Amino acid sequence: MAKLVSLADGVADLVHDGDVVALEGFTHLIPFAAGHEIIRQRRQELTLVRMTPDVVYDQLIGAGCARRLVFSWGGNPGVGSLHRFRDAVQHAWPRPLELEEHSHAGMANRYVAGASGLPFAVLRGYTGTDLPRHTTNIRPITCPFTGETLTAVPALRPDVTVVHAQRADRAGNVQIWGITGVQKEAVLAAHRSLVTVEEIVDELEPVPGQVVLPGWAVSAVAEVPGGAHPSYAQGYSVRDNDFYRAWDAVSRHRDTFRAWLDQHVYRAGAVA
Amino acid sequence: MSERSERTIRHRGVSETNAMADWTADEMMTVAAARQLRDGVACFVGIGLPSTAANLARATHAPNLVLIYESGCLGAKPDRLPLSIGDGILADTADAVVSVPEVFNYWLQPGRIDVGFLGAAQLDRYGNINTTVVGGDYDAPKVRLPGAGGAPEIAASCGEVVVIVRQNPRTFTERVDFVTSVGYGSGPGERERLGLRGGGPRLVITDLGVLEPDPVTCELTLTRLHPGVTPEQARAATAWDLAVAERLTTGEPPTARELAVLRALEATKHGGRGEPRRPPP
Repeated sequence: MAKLVSLADGVADLVHDGDVVALEGFTHLIPFAAGHEIIRQRRQELTLVRMTPDVVYDQLIGAGCARRLVFSWGGNPGVGSLHRFRDAVQHAWPRPLELEEHSHAGMANRYVAGASGLPFAVLRGYTGTDLPRHTTNIRPITCPFTGETLTAVPALRPDVTVVHAQRADRAGNVQIWGITGVQKEAVLAAHRSLVTVEEIVDELEPVPGQVVLPGWAVSAVAEVPGGAHPSYAQGYSVRDNDFYRAWDAVSRHRDTFRAWLDQHVYRAGAVA
Repeated sequence: MSERSERTIRHRGVSETNAMADWTADEMMTVAAARQLRDGVACFVGIGLPSTAANLARATHAPNLVLIYESGCLGAKPDRLPLSIGDGILADTADAVVSVPEVFNYWLQPGRIDVGFLGAAQLDRYGNINTTVVGGDYDAPKVRLPGAGGAPEIAASCGEVVVIVRQNPRTFTERVDFVTSVGYGSGPGERERLGLRGGGPRLVITDLGVLEPDPVTCELTLTRLHPGVTPEQARAATAWDLAVAERLTTGEPPTARELAVLRALEATKHGGRGEPRRPPP
């Protein structure tokens, strides 16, 4: 049964220095508030996993929390580059960042294998690209039935996955709808999980297209209204496109980024 | 279109040629790309120029175009341009919203999607695409780009690929610094050897014209110019020795309707300040 916790307690209990941490949410429902709490608690040496390390990982990388990044697309969607990510890769600032790079199809299948309790996943992917030269976790495999050569990628098993959802009930059953991305797979693939939600309600009213994560499959739930901002929660908020555009200038220089981090994360305090 | 990109085009002199016309080279490129999308086909759409062109097609000659976004939105029908592939308008208007593993495994991988629509940071004469790193080496690149996203499997598995990209010698390069997505590899027969099941790049649409693979050599060949562009301009914007078709044609300029619809779409790209909405009843 999932525990109902504060965000600060949830991160303190579940996210440890050196962990493999996945924050998922495909454009929609990105757990920004939890990312900020990880920064505030000064977590170090994390291996950050995420299909689309966008602005939230730009912030974690720029804050120096990450040693390694496992990903498939690192940009500011619709805007351009991630400047903190680029600074880390190109100039090792604030510290060097190791990369393990995949395609979306590969990453999605790695989570599926992790959620399924399998050691690896099989797909038609990566063939002829330069990715397998640099990512040793992409290997050819022969189909035992047809003899065809396919691609294998190992299961992802994060120490902890963090996602944001619309709501949960008091037993910690979590309800997600709209673009549900890879969150279900990422939670089920992980050893521990923290779900932040817009609200905790007495009863979950069914919604078309919903995904429900049973409370007994989740470690902890924290109520964090607006916890996906500047991303959004369908039914509760819309995407703050202006923030994504503004991030380009904020993140372009180390000093403006540090000032932002200081004002909006370190001094902001935890959302209880 | 951003102010910056319009400025770039003016500097290159294309707009001088079009000084009498009331459209930009980027608008011509987007219109030319939209015209290539046949009504009723299923199209895997990346954000940016591909999404703009696909939505223009759907709002003009191809109302039944099926837009598929990698966020899992199948058959999205947005009435404004999304800023990202996961904007709420896509889920709100989709025939179905599926998980990300499902969109790649059930829909893209088996070849259910007719057209893949991609951009590029670098492109070579065989339509191989780089969106990963430019300059230096992989571990210490001069420029780190976003990376692969869905593109390698889109390029491999869609029935055909349409690339939309501004043409200049840095982008149209002799060798891509990294093969993120395979076009025709090193030439004829390579896709078959690799076991790639989709047809590969059918068209490359730029701000200067249209390139198509030669049926024998697979080399991208300039087959059409936009109005007011010369073959010399296209050659100068290409780092390799650009092949030009014997029967080089000139495309039609944007119609008043195409321009009006495109500009109305572009005007919808802004907005979305994160105002809270009430939860559903």
